[in-house]
Amino acid sequence: MIKEKFDAIVVGAGMSGNAAAYTMASQGLNVLQLERGEYPGSKNVQGAIMYANMLEKIIPDFRDDAPLERHLVEQRLWVMDDTSHTGIHYRSDDFNEAKPNRYTIIRAQFDKWFSRKVREAGATVLCETTVTELVRDGKDKVVGVRTDRAGGEIFADVVVLAEGVCGLLGTRARLRQMPRPKSVALAVKEMHFLPEEVIEQRFALKAGEGCVIEAVGTISRSMAGLGFLYTNKESISLGIGCLVSDFASTMESPYVVLETLKNHPSIRPLIAGSEMKEYAAHLIPEGGYKAIPQLFGDGWVVVGDAAQLNNAVHREGSNLAMTSGRIAAEAIVQVKSRKRPMTKQNLALYKTMLDKSFVIKDLKKYKDMPALLHTNSRNFFTTYPQLMSQAAQTFMRVDGTPKIDKEKATTTAFIKARSRWGLLSDVVRLAFAWR
Amino acid sequence: MTIAGSRIEEKLYQNRYLVDSGRPHIKVRPHQKPSANLLALTRVCPAQCYELTDEGQVEITADGCMECGTCRILCEASGEIEWNYPRGGFGVLFKFG
Repeated sequence: MIKEKFDAIVVGAGMSGNAAAYTMASQGLNVLQLERGEYPGSKNVQGAIMYANMLEKIIPDFRDDAPLERHLVEQRLWVMDDTSHTGIHYRSDDFNEAKPNRYTIIRAQFDKWFSRKVREAGATVLCETTVTELVRDGKDKVVGVRTDRAGGEIFADVVVLAEGVCGLLGTRARLRQMPRPKSVALAVKEMHFLPEEVIEQRFALKAGEGCVIEAVGTISRSMAGLGFLYTNKESISLGIGCLVSDFASTMESPYVVLETLKNHPSIRPLIAGSEMKEYAAHLIPEGGYKAIPQLFGDGWVVVGDAAQLNNAVHREGSNLAMTSGRIAAEAIVQVKSRKRPMTKQNLALYKTMLDKSFVIKDLKKYKDMPALLHTNSRNFFTTYPQLMSQAAQTFMRVDGTPKIDKEKATTTAFIKARSRWGLLSDVVRLAFAWR
Repeated sequence: MTIAGSRIEEKLYQNRYLVDSGRPHIKVRPHQKPSANLLALTRVCPAQCYELTDEGQVEITADGCMECGTCRILCEASGEIEWNYPRGGFGVLFKFG
């Protein structure tokens, strides 16, 4: 179908693919981007919070026309048991700045905008095209892709695999292993529509301001998991994600877990009267630093979720995706400008550049966190939240019990649940994994 | 299945799909007895595509599939299921995502 040879083919039009295609096209490379969805964004799912700094590095004036929902002024971190939540809330008027730092977005709309920018930068974007296979030459170098369109072999100097968390192409070509059940979370979410002013009333927001809630606790039913509620302009994204390995061993149904979250007394009033317009499911890479696969080879690089680049502790993914896409593209542009071939040796530049960025530095910082939280999920996601709730309630409730007895009861409850040694070891291991 | 007053069908009904009739993108290989992971899919698949038949085998109807890949992660390596993306343009079409 397409006879010409491209400088680069980008597989996928999510955050990382769009960042890569935009960066290469705006540097004058002849780029083809392939997307299996009907339109860019139609297969993509995210919470979603978008971090401005990483997009500014690609499109500095994105605020002029990008579809942004609300800029965040408040973040609530909750620990929940079945009837209550204990929270740390941070709200600041400093977040009402000329160029806000974080926004909620709706991916289907945002990705369409980003894709328009990619086309304006000069890339060719072909939707409704599923890439089925990588094409290799006699020396095993990736030289192009095969698609499900008639006569679908297309050639390029380099293929950027921005194919998302499932990453069929790269795993089938044995460039990397398929993610393990314990290194991916399954998240389900619903879009609940409410009038703009109702959302602003319920969260005490001014027009354009946003609030997000992220929660751990009994809501994940002893699985390692996180619930979230994000305010968009006239909708609320509400969802929960838990490790696939935990779903498989507990046989919990994700939609039942989501329904339980929706019916929690702390959540239900926030979405009361809303109209649910979409139910989505998606995998999230959770393996962290130790799950990062080989990132480059002869004729290919891998970026974004496909490369497991997700910071589970800080719930950051799209910014790592955008940044890895941009850096891979810059590395390719450099190799090209030196008139060097796209070999494994030359494309190692991508890894060198990525290692110096926050992407790898942040993931490295938390390299032991997945193992700690995932193997002790019952303690961290059920026992401690329950203890914390009990402690808070004991502290708040005034019933004539002497305070000294209350404190003793709380201390005893912690020791009984986890033992002195267990408590100490949890604190030490958490501190080491965090540092 | 009824869950707290709302059915999975009602959730999926809100979604947009372009089903590739007669060409399901996921297939379950014929089996005598499902493995623990395959059996788990009857509860873990977020679209409840997998069902246990009266004969004790696991079947799939992939029409409501949201292409999350959970079943691939759990059952592709063992060869119990065959997983591909739908043809370009087909499958789930998220309005919001």
